[in-house]
Amino acid sequence: MKYVDEYRSPEIAAQLSAEIAALADGGHHKIMEICGGHTHTIYRHGIEDHLPDGIELVHGPGCPVCVMPMGRIDDAIAIAEQPDVIMTSFGDMLRVPGGRGSFLDAKAAGCDIRMVYSPLDALKVARNNPDKRVVFTAIGFETTAPSTAATLLRAAAEGLENFAVFCNHVLVCPAVQAILDAPGQDLDGFLGPGHVSTVIGAAPYEFVARDYGKPLVVSGFEPLDILESIYRLLQQRVEGRAEVENQYTRVVPWEGNTRALEVIDRTMVPRDAFEWRGLGTIPDSALGLREEFAAFDAERLFDLPGAVVEDPRECQCDEVLTGQIKPWECGVFGTACTPETPIGTCMVSSEGACAAYYQYGRFNRAAATAGAGA
Amino acid sequence: MCLGIPGRIIEHVDPDNAIAKADVGGVRRNISVQLLEADGLSPEVGDWVLIHVGFAMAAIDEQEAAESFRRLAQLGQVYEDELAELAESDIE
Ligand code: SF4
Repeated sequence: MKYVDEYRSPEIAAQLSAEIAALADGGHHKIMEICGGHTHTIYRHGIEDHLPDGIELVHGPGCPVCVMPMGRIDDAIAIAEQPDVIMTSFGDMLRVPGGRGSFLDAKAAGCDIRMVYSPLDALKVARNNPDKRVVFTAIGFETTAPSTAATLLRAAAEGLENFAVFCNHVLVCPAVQAILDAPGQDLDGFLGPGHVSTVIGAAPYEFVARDYGKPLVVSGFEPLDILESIYRLLQQRVEGRAEVENQYTRVVPWEGNTRALEVIDRTMVPRDAFEWRGLGTIPDSALGLREEFAAFDAERLFDLPGAVVEDPRECQCDEVLTGQIKPWECGVFGTACTPETPIGTCMVSSEGACAAYYQYGRFNRAAATAGAGA
Repeated sequence: MCLGIPGRIIEHVDPDNAIAKADVGGVRRNISVQLLEADGLSPEVGDWVLIHVGFAMAAIDEQEAAESFRRLAQLGQVYEDELAELAESDIE
């Protein structure tokens, strides 16, 4: 198993680190990892300890729970409060605080809210409870959107009349573009997300290189994948190139999963605009259900408050999600805001940057650079 | 939810609905293989796939699966939670 051994090899890691240091040549390079899964690998394996000082890794908006605005949580809870509704969603969603508390709070207050592993499990809840209205609060980037889409197609084929989706699927490219358009943005390149890209492929990121002159390398999740991707980013910078490269070819085809893209397209369309936590309202950045699926669309079936709810004053998730501050720079990190008592979304999901920093003991600047995660 | 976990297809349960049974680190549950059925190709018994929320999203090879398992196990609680949620799943 040469393949596996290569990934584990400390020698190759050391060699890559040395080559990265040579390419960095004492300069400063600010690289954003878009995906929360990469954040985990970076801290679990202390990747920063293998990098020269000039390479700064900042975390991006690629955690779907983290970017959910408070108002959408309140809307979901408003649906759950309607008579005869069973609300279903992924486990990660249950603790996300909205303006009026979380799903867990609503459940404690008497709402029927159930955690499901898959939208197909929510579909089964609907089949088993014909006298109830079963709603699935769908979240996620393009990684999970095809699953919701395929579930909708199945519900339609079965003629299920008591199943609906509260659709909160978001799109990765508009978020990256919003970050690139933000004033003061000084990023030098991106680690492209691995799993989203299994669906969309690598081609949709080409605007990053073409229009903004920044390199992007779609990366796998192994420590050596990340080191190799950083190496490739620096190589591009040194050679004055800006291109999209796919380091994760063993899982990500350049054109993505065409079947998955097709089921999304059959059931969903981009919304004109969607509010993101931390990034504001971004045009064409989220998916809603197509008119043909109106009978399954919780937004059409229920009256939603649809209010814009301000984040708590002490919450600095917006700055974390856009890479402006590190989690430990937030005033409430690790004190008032912990995974048990999250104030902001980035502490809720394991994919959130704050949760990752907390888990790996990166509580301050010293711990963040002292190799605490190795 | 965003964790892709490797699973090995062990049985085609309901081919009409593209439901197959997968072994995921010893947990055996039904998943949908519908999204890998482009061009009339369906994963076969014995194949490895990357699973997200009950759907096989990508075909992978055995080495990639082994390496992913090793990395996921290092995540500790995060991975255990994901497996526990999968164990609750009862897709038909
Ligand atoms: S510590 Fe909490 S409030 Fe502060 S940025 Fe992180 S999640 Fe948001």
